[in-house]
Amino acid sequence: MFKIVEREEMTGGTVIRNEINAPLIARKAKPGQFVILKANETGERIPLTMADTDPEKGTITIIYMVVGKSTALFRELKVGDAYQDIIGPLGAPTHIEKFGKVVCVGGGTGIAVLHPITRALKEAGNDVTCIIGARSKDILIMEDKMKNASHDLRICTDDGSYGHHGFVTDVLKEILEKGDIKLVVAIGPVPMMKFVSKMTKEYNVKTMVSLNPIMVDGTGMCGCCRVSVGGQTKFACVDGPEFDGHEVDYDELMLRLLAYQEDEKRSLEESGLRL
Amino acid sequence: MAKKEKIPRQIMPEQAPDIRAKNFVEVPLGLTPEAAIKEAQRCMQCKKPACVEGCPVGVDIPGFIKLVAEEKFVESIRKIWEKNALPAVCGRVCPQELQCEGKCIVGKKGDPVAIGNLERFVADKERISGSGELPPKAAPTGKKVAVVGSGPSGLTVAGDLILKGHQVTVFEAFHKPGGVLVYGIPEFRLPKDIVFSEVASLEKLGVTVDCNAVVGRTVSIDELFEEGYDAVYLGVGAGLPRFLNVPGENLVGIFSANEYLTRSNLMKAYLFPEYDTPIIRGKNVITLGAGNVAMDSARTALRLGAKKSRIVYRRSRDEVPARGAEVHHAEEEGVEFFFLTSPVEFKGNEQGRVTNMVGLKMELGEPDDSGRRRPVPIEGSEFELDCDLAIVAVGAGPNPLLTQTTEGLALNRWDYILADEATGKTSKKGVWAGGDIVTGSATVILAMGAGRLAADSIHDYLTWGW
Repeated sequence: MFKIVEREEMTGGTVIRNEINAPLIARKAKPGQFVILKANETGERIPLTMADTDPEKGTITIIYMVVGKSTALFRELKVGDAYQDIIGPLGAPTHIEKFGKVVCVGGGTGIAVLHPITRALKEAGNDVTCIIGARSKDILIMEDKMKNASHDLRICTDDGSYGHHGFVTDVLKEILEKGDIKLVVAIGPVPMMKFVSKMTKEYNVKTMVSLNPIMVDGTGMCGCCRVSVGGQTKFACVDGPEFDGHEVDYDELMLRLLAYQEDEKRSLEESGLRL
Repeated sequence: MAKKEKIPRQIMPEQAPDIRAKNFVEVPLGLTPEAAIKEAQRCMQCKKPACVEGCPVGVDIPGFIKLVAEEKFVESIRKIWEKNALPAVCGRVCPQELQCEGKCIVGKKGDPVAIGNLERFVADKERISGSGELPPKAAPTGKKVAVVGSGPSGLTVAGDLILKGHQVTVFEAFHKPGGVLVYGIPEFRLPKDIVFSEVASLEKLGVTVDCNAVVGRTVSIDELFEEGYDAVYLGVGAGLPRFLNVPGENLVGIFSANEYLTRSNLMKAYLFPEYDTPIIRGKNVITLGAGNVAMDSARTALRLGAKKSRIVYRRSRDEVPARGAEVHHAEEEGVEFFFLTSPVEFKGNEQGRVTNMVGLKMELGEPDDSGRRRPVPIEGSEFELDCDLAIVAVGAGPNPLLTQTTEGLALNRWDYILADEATGKTSKKGVWAGGDIVTGSATVILAMGAGRLAADSIHDYLTWGW
C-alpha cells in the first residue's frame, strides 16, 4: 500500500509535502520523472513530478498545491493513510551531463520539481545558479534545500517581501547578460516558463521546461496530454514531460489546461472541501 | 406426416432505443431459459461443425448447445470453459456474424443459430446463480510466468497456465484489471462487473494480479527474469491513439477515442461529480471513423447528453468496419452518419474550444492495398459542420513504451512486436507476445486465440525447453 510516512504543511497549509511508501517506484525513479496518484476509489488520476526519492527507505516525495477537489482530497490524507493507487515512474528522465554554467529557474510548486534536477546537475559538475520565485515570502518553498542543491541561490518575490522585488526573469536577464550560460532549466507556472523561454531565446541559450498538461493514463495511451512542440504534436507523458522551451506552444497549453475549469469548480463546491 | 414446424431465431429482448440512449445500462437484456432452450433446439448438431472452425479458440459449440437444449446449463458452461475462459465477455463482444454464426449451416437458409446469445446465457447463469466451482488444476510445476497486460489475451494466457500448474502474475499498468474490456468497451455493451468477476475467478484459481505496474518503467522485462520468472507473455494491446494530423486538432474538445472512452468507462466520468474525473459533455458531437470504437464513442456521447451525435466516415456505408449489430444499435439510438466525408480542419473560438469541423466530400476510386475502394477527395466540396466535441476514432498504433525500454525484442516495420504466428514466440528468449501489439487493432476473440497458442507454447517451453 502507498502509505504516507511523512507529511508537512508548507506555506500555511496551501502546499503539502507527502513522503509516501512506494519502494518499487523509489528504486527506479530518476530526476524529472513523475507519478500518477489516485486518492481513493472515486478519485481522479493526478500526475505529479516527484520532488525526491529515497530508494533505501523505499519512499517517494511529492509536493503539491491545493487547487481543486482532487488536491483538497489529497490534503485530507494524514500520516498512516494511503493513496489507493500510485503509478510510476513515468516520463523520460532529465538528461543530465556536465554542461558548464547552468541556471535553474523555479516558481511556485515547480521549485519542488526543480530540486532533484538542480541537485543532479550540481552533482554532475555543473556550476549551478538557481533563481526561485513566489508571489510573496510566506508562500516560497524549499529555500534551504535549493541553497544546498546549487552554488548560488537568488530569490524573487512579486510583492517584494523577500529577495528581489520582481520577477525571476529580471534576475535571469542580469545573469544572461554576463554570458556563458550553457543551459537554463525552467519549471513553474506556464506563464513563467513562457516568459523565461522568450527571454533565453533572445540570448540563444538552450532552455528546458517541464510541462504539466492534463493527463489521464500517463503511458501514451490516451493522447490527452498532447502539446505542440516545434509545430509537432507530442505526448507529454512519454515524449516529455521535459521539452525544449523555445519550441513549446504555451498559449495552446494554457487553453488546454483550462478545459475543465467549470467542472472543477462544481466538483469542489459539491464535495464540501475547501481550498 | 405434418412437416416439423421450424423454430424462428429467438429474439434477444433489448431496452427501447429512446430509453437506453439516456442510460449506461446494458442494451440487450439476455435470453430467458425458455428462449435459450428453444434457440438451442435450432442447432442441427452437424457431424463436421463449421461453426467450430469459425471460432478462434475452438469452443465445442454443438457440444455446449446440446447441453443447453437438455437444460444442463452447468454442464454447458463447463464445456465452454474447456476452451474459453471469458464466455460472458465473448458472448457479448465477439463478431459472431463473421465467425461461428457466419459459418452456421442453419444460416445458409435463414437465420443462423444465435451462438453468441447462448454463450452469454450460460455464462451469465453460472455467474449469477452458479456453484462457483472452479475447474481442476494440475499439480504445481514450480515455474513462474509473468503476463504483461490484463486484457483479453493476457487473461487467457493467465487462465490457461494456472490450470497447467504454473505460478502466474499478471501486471497491469492501470489501477484496475481488464485492459480494453474496462477502459474501452462501454458499460452498456459490456458491464464492468462481468469483467471483474472473470478476473476474480482467475484470482481464486491462484493468479496474482498486480495493478499499477508499468512494465518497462516500474520494472523491466530483464528484471522480471532476474526476479525468477521463467517466461514472460506480452499482451499489452495497441494503445497509441492515431490522430488525423489536420490543423486545429489540439483544440479543447477534441479527444482520441481512447481518452474519451477511458474517462467515461474506467474513470466513470459519466457519474461526475460523484466520481472526480470530468468529461466534456458535448451537445453537438462528431465522431471520426466507423469501427466498433467509433460506434461506442458516438453512443456514449448520446448517453452523456448530446443532442446530436454524428459519425463522419471517409468511405461509404459498404466499407463500415463496425459490426452490423453495433451500427444498427447506433442508428436506432439516433446516431447520424455522414459517409464519404473526410475532416480537413477544425476551427475553434477564443477559449480554444472546437466549434466547427471542415469536411471534404469524397468519392470512391480504385481499390487500395486493403482491397477497399480508395476514397478520393472531390475538389471544392468543402463544407462545415458545427461541433462542440469531436472524437477521433481512426484506430491505434503500437505503444512504444515497453518496446523502447526492452533490449533484444524485434519489431516489424510498423513497430509491432514480431512474434511467430503459431506459437507467439518473440526474438527474445523466454518472451512471448500476442494480441493487438502483434497484429495491430483486432478483436477480443482474436487476441484470446493468440493467447491460447502462446500459452500452449509457454507450457511446452516450461516442460521441455526453448
